[in-house]
Amino acid sequence: MKYADIVHRCFRCGYCKFTSDYTDFNCPTYRKFRFETYSPGGRMWLIRAWLNGEIKNSDRFQEILFSCATCANCVEHCVFTFSEDLVNIFISAREEMVNDGIIPPPVRDYLKNININGNPYKEPASERGKWAEGTLVETYKDQEYLFYIGCVGSYDERGKKIARAVGNLLVKAGLSIGILGDKENCDGNEVRTLGEAGLFQFLAEKNIALFRDLGVKKIITLDPHAFNTFKKDYPALDGEFEVYHYTQILAPLIQSGKIPLKGLNDKITYHDPCYLGRHNGEYNAPRKILKAIPGIELVEMDRSRENAFCCGGGGGNFFTDILGGGEDSPSRIRVREALDTGAGIIAVACPQCAKMLDDAVKIEQLDDRLKVMDVAEIVTNCLL
Amino acid sequence: MYELKFDENLCKTCPTGDCLVKCQYLDVEKKTAVEEMVKIGQGEDSFVLQDCVTCYACEEYCKRGNHPFYLITERREEKGILTSPRAITKQWINIGEPQGKYRLGDVKERVLSFGFMPEFLQWVKGKLFEDVMPSYIFGQEFFCNVVYIHFANTSIIKERLPKVVDNFRKLGVKEVIFVHDECYGAFAHLAPAYGIEVPFKSVHYFEYLYNRLKELKDFIKPLNIRAAYQRPCSSRLSSDQHHFVADIMELIGVDLIERKYQGENALCCGGIYAMAFGYDLAHDVQKRNIDDMVEHGAQYCIFNCPACQSSIGAEVAKRGIKPIHLIHLCKMAIGEM
Amino acid sequence: MDDIAHSLAMIVGEAYFSNQPEEAYFYARDPGLMPPHKPDYVVVPKSVEEIQEIARLASREKIPLVPMGAGLALTGLTIPLKGGIVMDMKRMNRILKVNEKARHVIVEGGTSQGLLKAYLEKNYPRLRHSMPDSPATATIAANVMIHGQGRLTQQYGFNSDMISGLEVVLASGEVCKIGSCSMSPDWFSKGAPMPDLTGLFLGWFGATGIITKVAVKLYPKKKMRDVEIFITDREDLVPDMVYELTHTEMVEDINIFAQPKPMIFKDNHHIAIFITGDTDEELEFKRKMTWYSLDRFIKSKDGGFMGVPPVMKPTLLEMPQRSVSRFADVKKGGGFEYSGPIIMVEKYPECAHKIVELAEKYDLGYSGMARIIGRSHAMMYGFAFTFNRADPDMMDRTRKALHEVSEFALEAGGVFWKATVDEQKMAMEKMDPNTLGIMKMIKENLDPNGIMNPGNWEVI
Repeated sequence: MKYADIVHRCFRCGYCKFTSDYTDFNCPTYRKFRFETYSPGGRMWLIRAWLNGEIKNSDRFQEILFSCATCANCVEHCVFTFSEDLVNIFISAREEMVNDGIIPPPVRDYLKNININGNPYKEPASERGKWAEGTLVETYKDQEYLFYIGCVGSYDERGKKIARAVGNLLVKAGLSIGILGDKENCDGNEVRTLGEAGLFQFLAEKNIALFRDLGVKKIITLDPHAFNTFKKDYPALDGEFEVYHYTQILAPLIQSGKIPLKGLNDKITYHDPCYLGRHNGEYNAPRKILKAIPGIELVEMDRSRENAFCCGGGGGNFFTDILGGGEDSPSRIRVREALDTGAGIIAVACPQCAKMLDDAVKIEQLDDRLKVMDVAEIVTNCLL
Repeated sequence: MYELKFDENLCKTCPTGDCLVKCQYLDVEKKTAVEEMVKIGQGEDSFVLQDCVTCYACEEYCKRGNHPFYLITERREEKGILTSPRAITKQWINIGEPQGKYRLGDVKERVLSFGFMPEFLQWVKGKLFEDVMPSYIFGQEFFCNVVYIHFANTSIIKERLPKVVDNFRKLGVKEVIFVHDECYGAFAHLAPAYGIEVPFKSVHYFEYLYNRLKELKDFIKPLNIRAAYQRPCSSRLSSDQHHFVADIMELIGVDLIERKYQGENALCCGGIYAMAFGYDLAHDVQKRNIDDMVEHGAQYCIFNCPACQSSIGAEVAKRGIKPIHLIHLCKMAIGEM
Repeated sequence: MDDIAHSLAMIVGEAYFSNQPEEAYFYARDPGLMPPHKPDYVVVPKSVEEIQEIARLASREKIPLVPMGAGLALTGLTIPLKGGIVMDMKRMNRILKVNEKARHVIVEGGTSQGLLKAYLEKNYPRLRHSMPDSPATATIAANVMIHGQGRLTQQYGFNSDMISGLEVVLASGEVCKIGSCSMSPDWFSKGAPMPDLTGLFLGWFGATGIITKVAVKLYPKKKMRDVEIFITDREDLVPDMVYELTHTEMVEDINIFAQPKPMIFKDNHHIAIFITGDTDEELEFKRKMTWYSLDRFIKSKDGGFMGVPPVMKPTLLEMPQRSVSRFADVKKGGGFEYSGPIIMVEKYPECAHKIVELAEKYDLGYSGMARIIGRSHAMMYGFAFTFNRADPDMMDRTRKALHEVSEFALEAGGVFWKATVDEQKMAMEKMDPNTLGIMKMIKENLDPNGIMNPGNWEVI
């Protein structure tokens, strides 16, 4: 296994489990399962034991490895020099398990569906661009930006609403954007984090070839997960593009008044998506947008920015639901934390977070007190 | 072995005894000054060897080209008169020990030397240094080692400095711009005093900045601030470069305040004093120095040596004066900070 | 699932019960060098009632019960030497009550040092507790149980001296309150003026009972904090230096370290002196007094205050010091262990020689780290060696070095801190037989079936 020469270096001191000020345990799996084995240190020690043949690949081992939300809290807080590689190590272990073919059924199903359908929803490609019907968003020809949606924004009902909100805003701002519609393919970020390296490479190369054929230079993504993989993984496969998350494009436009907005009298808290925040260091753009809306009171949760608590959807868990369920599922903890701020709206900048937190609000029966809205949806409500 | 070039006769015939008369820490008249220096030259005991606080200033006060401070240092070492506690001296010798951890940029004939102060690598970004960067040198292997005169230890300098010179020679550099004041002093002043041949031209970063700022004249927006200058001990080894401070300030629109402790009368930052002699001397010197800055209305305190800055920077800030290194001040003037 | 497993799962809920190989593997070992031993079951209880039921079940079935905080003692104290149940306490981590004016806090038995620190910072910025330098996940209860030390130990003694009340579950399943809380709603005294019963549990590593709640004293938190480092090449003078420093009564904490790397630390002993103040004046006055207290050593050139590089200060001032954990990866091997006997400060020179001797003999990376306990009443001298977990030979050499430390410490009149099972045996052999007799009486009465962390403090 890649990184096999590092796994023994974990001291299991447990800094990885916390926020930087120790306010709470911040590793979503540890926070939920509460066995040390489900913490980053636990994974490190178990991976080593597994490589040494001291334990076997069991259902529980799979749960331990695949429940990891790859949220990178451990990367942020581990005190050792190899901290950068923690998530990579867990993904490498998953790769080994995928290669052995011994993986949890929902992971197998997810990968199979991507392989067959190009999306996890078992929907035809022709449905991909349907969300854009009735909007002014056009198909990509030679526009300045490719607006890349991803599977969740294309097929999930919640995601589609966000895609429409973002698409309309970008057009309204006068940006030259186009979507791939039925030509769009899965970006592969979750395929990669779930350990199917071969399939990821196939998807990435296919996407890169398509982007190149179409002359794409700049990409705006709806989903931070796609943003992440385009930015960090595609260049190694010769896919160099200028990649933006939509909040990075919107922030200056709104701040400079290019999109005039009316005021909103709301108290809002912003939930940092891991793949925008910790993975890519973008904490400010979404906040700049929210702060630029007159009348909004932006309040922070105890855990925010580098210390944000993951919604529990990362690392493929959005689709596999290995980490979800129960009172201590991360999304439910997160909405309770949001409620504590006194905010009436949780702002998100990721369709996966939106759906995770939406569901959690419903289960927690907080519908009448807390709304989950994408930053773009909030902006849309403020359009003059 | 390298020998200090010291001419006893120059002392014997000295008309002023400035080296000790001007000393801020000893109360000595001309006659005593001359007598004591001659005694020291002849290897006899002197109270000076006990009481000198190692401010370097006599190297500047002596206008006859002799080296009173180097001599004091030599004699102290011979006699085993320690300036600092042994542990402090050991620590400093240890941190200057080459570790093979030096870093080289794209070294050209003209190169910036950071000594072994890693922060400089961050500081030299931008227009001011783009002329030379990324031609730079950093690491113990290129450390001037002069600081050990504070510790009455010239043998370590004599042992290490020729190797350092050799390391420079191996790189084939022709002109070295020293970003640390003391390094310039080492190659331009101390090395010749010991007959150590330096195979390149030494340039003080003051001079470099002055010329560079003239080239960047169009970018300069006068800062219109009042600033005090904290002159470091090492500047006494290169007093011919001191005028550049005023020259640069004029270029960037800084009003360099007239104050008591300036020029020859500058006060040490006290960093070394604290380590060597404890609380009182260091704090007395620091207090007088900062009081003087406050009294004369300084808004900024300009540092030349990063060690001075770490020694009194925080205290200066507490008194409402902004501590800033000269490089950063220049960057500010061209809108880079 | 067997009956016991089923019962345990019923008590804590299936999600918090495991008899799986993964948990068995992990909870069989700690980060130190003691040989692993697998538990049969691991549980993560949520309430005192659950723990009572678990204790009753363990007593009835005569299976071992081992409580665990973060498992960071490094000396194997939470390794279930005879199998049975490991009980991870960290789900019980509520902060129950802070009495601000009486300066104490009551927390559940699994509350971490980090959580309490964050809680106080947010809600009671004028209060603090004695934070150890173990990682933030270390629990308050386990730390006092092992007589840990912390930032306030020079001022107030062992962290266990700062207890103001305990709640313990006995092997029988009974809940027992210790201190003023046994007859008052307030947890302000651990015993005095009545018989102090905390000693029945502290230092026993769970062999007499399980701490489910602990009250610890809180102390004034000053607005500012700083650190100075006095260095010397004369280890024989360190005890005198510490004597002078403690005489000032102005120092928060005194740590001494000596290690060969990085170069800035080579050849010297470093006395890190922490000071606090509410104003610049207060801080500066204390600084001046501490400097003055060591002036004679500066004059004789036997020591001096080093200039602490600005980058080093935050590392030293943070609580806990993350750099302590980083020592584990010096050899790129994720391991360190130390033997930290509690010993007279006058033994500093001998300890300092010993660690160098052992590091050379066994070719190990080392750091000598001492913390002063009380006003020079004693010190913890940590003989710390870093090792590579992937290098069995280095691990073995470290074990041997640590064993020699144990022998040395005993010989030098020291007492083992968080003693390994081997050290416990050595201690009991050396101990006054009558003292041992009392220990035996206590153990037999509180744990008649020998199920409480068995293997530890077994008086034969």
